[in-house]
Amino acid sequence: MTHWLLAPILIPLLGAILQIFVGYAPMPLRRVLAIVTSVLTLAAAIVLLNLAGDDTYRVYAMGNWQPPFGIVMVLDRLAAMMLVLTASLALLCHLFSIGGADEGTRQFHSLFLFQLMGLNIAFLTGDLFNLFVAFEILLIASYGLLMHGSGSTRSTPGLHYVVLNLVGSSLFLISVGMIYSVTGTLNMADLAVKVPQVSGDQRFLVEAGGMLLLVVFALKAAVLPLTFWLPRTYASATAPVAAFFAIMTKVGIYGIIRVYPLVFGANAGEMANLGMNWLFPLALATLIMGVIGAMGAQTLRTLVTWQLVISVGTLLAPIALGSQKGLAAALFYLLSTTWTVGGLFLLIELVRSQRGSASDKIVMAPQIRHRTLLSSLFFFGAVSAAGLPPLSGFFGKVMILQSTTSGVEMAWLWGTILTGSFFTLIAYSRAGSVVFWRNIEGEIKNSTPVTPLLAISTGALIGMSVLMVALAGPISAYTSATAVQLLDTRGYIQTLQAPMVEEGS
Amino acid sequence: MELVFALAIGALTAGGVYLLLRARTFPVVLGLTMLSYGVNLFLFASGRLATGSQPVLGTAAQYADPLPQALVLTAIVIGFAMTAFVVVLSLRNLADHGNDHVDGDPKKRTPASKHARERRPL
Repeated sequence: MTHWLLAPILIPLLGAILQIFVGYAPMPLRRVLAIVTSVLTLAAAIVLLNLAGDDTYRVYAMGNWQPPFGIVMVLDRLAAMMLVLTASLALLCHLFSIGGADEGTRQFHSLFLFQLMGLNIAFLTGDLFNLFVAFEILLIASYGLLMHGSGSTRSTPGLHYVVLNLVGSSLFLISVGMIYSVTGTLNMADLAVKVPQVSGDQRFLVEAGGMLLLVVFALKAAVLPLTFWLPRTYASATAPVAAFFAIMTKVGIYGIIRVYPLVFGANAGEMANLGMNWLFPLALATLIMGVIGAMGAQTLRTLVTWQLVISVGTLLAPIALGSQKGLAAALFYLLSTTWTVGGLFLLIELVRSQRGSASDKIVMAPQIRHRTLLSSLFFFGAVSAAGLPPLSGFFGKVMILQSTTSGVEMAWLWGTILTGSFFTLIAYSRAGSVVFWRNIEGEIKNSTPVTPLLAISTGALIGMSVLMVALAGPISAYTSATAVQLLDTRGYIQTLQAPMVEEGS
Repeated sequence: MELVFALAIGALTAGGVYLLLRARTFPVVLGLTMLSYGVNLFLFASGRLATGSQPVLGTAAQYADPLPQALVLTAIVIGFAMTAFVVVLSLRNLADHGNDHVDGDPKKRTPASKHARERRPL
């Protein structure tokens, strides 16, 4: 039992508490402390990634309770990958935020770190109820972050977001109750043992609970009938917050990847692959909805929020099909799309700070300063997001397409993804050419300078897609091994037998 | 007891959902609260209903499952914090838009906000 497992939770927790106490300290001190916390979290995540590379599960049982009785933290490849993804995204967004977005309230850094902590708990936990608690922690921090900033435009989308997520939490509790009432356990490994044994009338209760849980994860991930809260909410948040929220929809996807192959996977007897036949058409419909939204976007912000919806659809389709190659491809694309979309959110903030009253509207305006820098960053981001070669979005999509075997599903997936990518490309070209190329006479007042810090953090996030191409071999090897580990549930079930007491004591 | 319990959960949930779909923030907040009461009772029932039994294994033939009670406690604490937050948020929504419509529709004014508006010095 290694204590490292708690590091990604404890570091942001302590850092956030420290931020509360130094709330009245000079800004530079608070910023340095906050960034140090983010860097340490990333370091801890990288340590765990190295640990997870040997394909064994590491279990940390709180208070040394033998699973399934206590709460356990479980580290495997998927958890480690999500931790590194989150910590790197958080660090770059955090760097961007100290460029000025963190001013206004004293609570920004502590809320940011609390949200990081909630995300890390969600990725590490091996207990369904603890997952609910993690969701609540990251949500309440996100409510605060969403309201950060001045102006009255945020309160209405914020209210919608909060109410919807509170209803989602209620549904989560109902589904947890349904599953517990039959299986008598909420430990995920134990559920994977108990659920296949459920028979008779009780099966329907577990099935209903499982489907309800899928609804909750779909709400977090913004799958089609539950997607409409996302664009307005994200478009109203401040830039580093919106960029960090790129990981929030992925938490819903993570929940699906974590729970469904394990508990309702191929070994679940009568409940095998529960809900996945629903998820596939819904994922494709989400993709189409996202493309329609992107085509109709009036502002760059809205365009990128719909890109989030597109990526959710693209990710969930191969996950619903459940093949090992599809899962590996989806994980690869998940890394690529999260970094790219986060980078685009930051970039758009830089663009709108240059355009005065034209803001980020897709309309003609006088030529902006730093046009070469900003437009080439936009070009890279758009190429990766739309999935054109040679950046990582292309490789992700190609791997997803290759993962399907022939049949009706293949036809649907290929058709939707390829057509969708084409129209996404049109949306980006239209937006980019109007904003950067078609200039009118005049001069922009009130443009704020782009400081090196802002440019570097934005460039680094977008540049991740270049880095992913350079390291495509090791990364895809890692995601393939992750998919193998996810689909072989025996290893996870073994965590129940983890020895809690040292031999001979 | 089971019937009364089930009816109570059903009534709370139905009332909660009805209020959630209202157009003003105050009924929505009340609806969320009622829904969370219904959910808490539901969670409690997932450990089976029993009266006068102990939460300790081996002392009696029938025992009360302590885990759902712990879950309910956690859910109550979280629900309390969330309700407090959503109340503050709806107050800010009221202050920002001058009315308590959930969409912040400026065309519809409530008597309360109108009153506040008139009293505001120019």
